[in-house]
Amino acid sequence: MNIVNILEEIEKVDGEIYERLNPRRAAMKSFANMGKKISLAAMPLALGSVFQKAYGQTTPTAIVDVLNFALSLEYLEYHFYNHALNAPTPTPIPAGAALSAITTIRNHEDAHVKLLEGALGSAKRTPLVYDNFDFTAGGTFNDVFTNYQTFLKIALAFEDTGVRAYKGQAGVLNRNAVLTTALQIHSVEARHAAHLRQMVAANVTGASGLKPWIAYAANGNDTGIAAVNPVYAGEQNTTQLTINISGIATGVTQTAAAECFDEPLDKASVVSIANLFIKTGFKL
Amino acid sequence: MKNLQQLEEQEERSILTAPLQRRSFLQFAGAGMAGAALLAAGCTKDDGIVAPPSAGVTLDFKDDFGVLNYAYALEQLEAAFYIQVASAPPTDFSTAERTYFADIQFHEIAHREFFKKALGANAIGSLEVNFAAIDFRTRAGVLAAAKTFEDLGVAAYNGAGVRLVSNDFLLAAGKIVSVEARHAAYVRDLISNGSFANTEVVNANGLDQAFTPAQVLAAAGGFIKTKINVINL
Repeated sequence: MNIVNILEEIEKVDGEIYERLNPRRAAMKSFANMGKKISLAAMPLALGSVFQKAYGQTTPTAIVDVLNFALSLEYLEYHFYNHALNAPTPTPIPAGAALSAITTIRNHEDAHVKLLEGALGSAKRTPLVYDNFDFTAGGTFNDVFTNYQTFLKIALAFEDTGVRAYKGQAGVLNRNAVLTTALQIHSVEARHAAHLRQMVAANVTGASGLKPWIAYAANGNDTGIAAVNPVYAGEQNTTQLTINISGIATGVTQTAAAECFDEPLDKASVVSIANLFIKTGFKL
Repeated sequence: MKNLQQLEEQEERSILTAPLQRRSFLQFAGAGMAGAALLAAGCTKDDGIVAPPSAGVTLDFKDDFGVLNYAYALEQLEAAFYIQVASAPPTDFSTAERTYFADIQFHEIAHREFFKKALGANAIGSLEVNFAAIDFRTRAGVLAAAKTFEDLGVAAYNGAGVRLVSNDFLLAAGKIVSVEARHAAYVRDLISNGSFANTEVVNANGLDQAFTPAQVLAAAGGFIKTKINVINL
């Protein structure tokens, strides 16, 4: 990770980043040079202080709340995958492509955790550790870490929830500098979801028709897994900005119309889904 | 429509003659210039001598309509590509691939028509595409182009989000970008299973790409014959 590159990336979308950081551009450039000397491990922290310097003084509580909310979800995802990979008896994920994909996804969630922690700085929530979670959801998914099919189903539910959760906060983040970062996480979660859908289709009994995108179902849930209905509630929507997408052009069926727009999920709904997997005393 | 164009041209002229206004002026032209469509770019310092846009379409980033038209242009490009694929799929496409590429085709057509309707009288015209560089006969050729378009689409939406003022438009863009990311992951996995979010597109911070309009149009320009003028970026 190179802080100079990060600043350059930010500059592309926020031309005034250097002015925000320091009215004297020269001084900022010297900071950028200093960045080269900061160790990799210290980078998220250093980055956090940069963001705080740039935007922190005016960061509204609402933004901090959204970032902490996102961080909670990233803890959930990270510990889920990490436990599957690293438990004394790891989840039976087939070696090769499957194990490699789950490892990639785990690493991204880990990176998101570190990035959000760094961006929040002293405003970050108390970290959630593995023991704070109950991935069986109170016994609903008792074999979540021992049955590969169950593991994939829950993984997909988490990823599709993640996509919806970030989208649901777009309005709060609008016009704020952290929006771009949130969008960049959001599309990565969507890539994960698409890949997991392919894994579910290939490995879960009765799910061979599952598409990389969320197909139309009357209740929004195209996975056939009733236990995750709340994750997909509303995905059946085919009206966007009062425009009826179904039939908007030849071939755009109800299914295509539902598939081509992913729907957001409000915070309360996401919290109630996440809380199914979080132990009492640590719930959101 | 004509009145609107005249109005736009008038506005452009007044912007061009405002001596101290900070702007960048970009011109893109596609024909025969694959991959190198950028003719003039990035005048953050105003020198007062810039030829006004003559033909083609204009993306005016002064407000949300400009951003939506930018998305509309990209969706036109994607839709045209998938329509051509679906009209004569590569012979080495599997049945499942034909089905999913037909799905993607209708997604992109729906996105295109959505923007056209949402923009109404503010919509730019139809773009003429140039796919001479794409090998539509082979699976490999189609997948490579699809990957380029989908990754570019994701990066474009990610980069454009901050330019939108309206919460409604931002949410609509968010609803579309995650579907584009699903397409991208699917196509990437077809090319090489497991490459759905590899280091080509996701950095060490776990972040997808976010491109500026200038970056996106430079990459897409080779596929667009119609001249795209960009103002107020």
